[in-house]
Amino acid sequence: MANKSGGNGPFDFDPPRMPQMPQFNLPNVTPGAIRALLLLALGVVLFWGSFYQVEPEEVGVIRRFGALARTTDPGLHLKWPFMERVDKVPVQRQLKQEFGFRTLQAGVRTEYSESGEYLEESLMLTGDLNVAVVEWIVQFKIQEPRAFLFGVRDVIDTFRDMSEATMRQVVGDHSVDEVLTIGRASIAAQAKDLLQELCNVYGTGISVEQLVLQDVNPPDPVKPSFNEVNQAIQEKEQLINRAWAEYNQEIPRARGVGQQTIQAAEGYAAERVNRSQGEATRFEAIYAEYRKAPRVTRNRMYLETMNEVLPRLGKKVILDEEQTGFLPLLNLTQEVPREP
Amino acid sequence: MNRNRLVSLIIGVLLLALLTSIFYTVDETEQVVITQFGRPIGDAIATPGLKLKLPFIWEIHRFDKRWLAWDGDSNQITTKDKKFIWVDTYARWRIQDPLEFFESVRDEAGAQSRLDDIIDGETRNTVAAFDLIEIVRSMNREFEVTEELQEFANQQTLEGISAGRLALSRIILEKASQVTPDFGIELVDVKFKAINYVDEVQAQVYERMITERQRIAERSRSEGQGRSAEIRGQKEKELKAIESEAYKKAEEIRGLADAEATSIYANAYSKDPDFYQFMKTLETYRSSLNEDVTLILTSDSEFLSFLKTSGR
Repeated sequence: MANKSGGNGPFDFDPPRMPQMPQFNLPNVTPGAIRALLLLALGVVLFWGSFYQVEPEEVGVIRRFGALARTTDPGLHLKWPFMERVDKVPVQRQLKQEFGFRTLQAGVRTEYSESGEYLEESLMLTGDLNVAVVEWIVQFKIQEPRAFLFGVRDVIDTFRDMSEATMRQVVGDHSVDEVLTIGRASIAAQAKDLLQELCNVYGTGISVEQLVLQDVNPPDPVKPSFNEVNQAIQEKEQLINRAWAEYNQEIPRARGVGQQTIQAAEGYAAERVNRSQGEATRFEAIYAEYRKAPRVTRNRMYLETMNEVLPRLGKKVILDEEQTGFLPLLNLTQEVPREP
Repeated sequence: MNRNRLVSLIIGVLLLALLTSIFYTVDETEQVVITQFGRPIGDAIATPGLKLKLPFIWEIHRFDKRWLAWDGDSNQITTKDKKFIWVDTYARWRIQDPLEFFESVRDEAGAQSRLDDIIDGETRNTVAAFDLIEIVRSMNREFEVTEELQEFANQQTLEGISAGRLALSRIILEKASQVTPDFGIELVDVKFKAINYVDEVQAQVYERMITERQRIAERSRSEGQGRSAEIRGQKEKELKAIESEAYKKAEEIRGLADAEATSIYANAYSKDPDFYQFMKTLETYRSSLNEDVTLILTSDSEFLSFLKTSGR
């Protein structure tokens, strides 16, 4: 663009133009146009200042000259520009505060701040004068927008302080073992009730929806010894289990063996009785016949037996009754040669 | 025409300035003290809305009407039982008498520093007059203990409290509240936010916790060994009982059977003992004599009675 400035010619004949900034060449600006522009700007400002939108989870609180005028529901609304001021309070939204840790990035794999970073929030004394690291979250809603806006300044920070004080008070009444194990649920419940009570006393307009204990740990330097206790308890269980295993392995077997012994004895008993009965019957039968001819039967039995027995015997020596002193002649140690 | 416009513009600006300085607003969250040449005029105004004032002469001083926060720095305090701790308190307060407040401390910064002095001082006095346990606990509830730590817990002696955390903060509040009205301040609540051991003490406490845990661990282990030995003993006992019981029963059964058999035999054989003996002897010959036996008979034995003579 050519520089026409400097008045380097004698033919400067445009008096309304400002010689200092000739680039802004405002052509034909009439007072009427300026007025119209100003009116337009005013109109736009008034227009924008007259409307406001309240989101579905919010409530609009209107102050006219600082005094509470009305509250409005979600939707598009009108207000007096300049005179009225609107505060939108998200009454339906679940708000959350974290203690002892911070969610860095929520998502599928939520990232948390490193532990130990917020120890000043989470380190606390337990009722048995030990120390525990307690992390927790509080979910809350703004129930009364008026109390929330006009009751307490910096409600959210105040609420943090209240939450910390309350949690420490409750933990201060529990032993470290309770805090770490069995007391968790009751601590959370108790802290929630106390916190709600305190909210009501302070008139914060906040309703505590949920208070959940997150990681509750012994302090880092003490952790290994707590793990050792867990380990020892495991070991104890293991020892006991092993002993019971042995017990369970041996006792039923012993019972079985015992049963076996008894059964065997019963078997023996049955056999013994049966045999005796059998033998007795047999004897009685033979005896009945024997009685009819005792002498003959007796001889017969004797001879039959001999007949059967004698052939089986090894060496047979027959001596005359008058002969004596034969014994040395007998080689009694000599084995009787067995018949093939 | 140009001059006319300038004059009207100036008048307009002046009117606007007058208008804005004749009116002032008081917000829901505010209360207002009006001064004229530095001197307060009338009572403080706490009702919200649009108000009139003398332009340019009256000065408006706005003070918050809401509950305000005071958060003290951590104080290192020694308790009555010589424990070194950090105590962090917070308080809620409000400007109850803005006039008084304005005249004595001027603004909130001034008030905060006064509150620092008052509350910190009272906190020190109160905490130093009590044992540590009184600040930690707020009631004398019994601790619940898990089964594993049952016996161990019985060995611990827990001190009870006579006052407790809430009572202590109430004492601080009462003492501090005696002073704060002089500044137009109402103190509503003082609370212990955090109580922590001083670092050196913390290390000692950790050490104690560690040894305590080790004791628990040792006890648990030995308990396990004891219990397992007990179970083994019980096992041995039951084994012996089962075995001997079985033996006893078996012997009884055998004995009864033997007795029965004996009686059966006796019944049968007593009909002719002599014949029984004869028969049984023969049976014995049959079963006991074999080829290993050398039989030496004399010729006068009954069996060989016919060897020498026909016996006639």
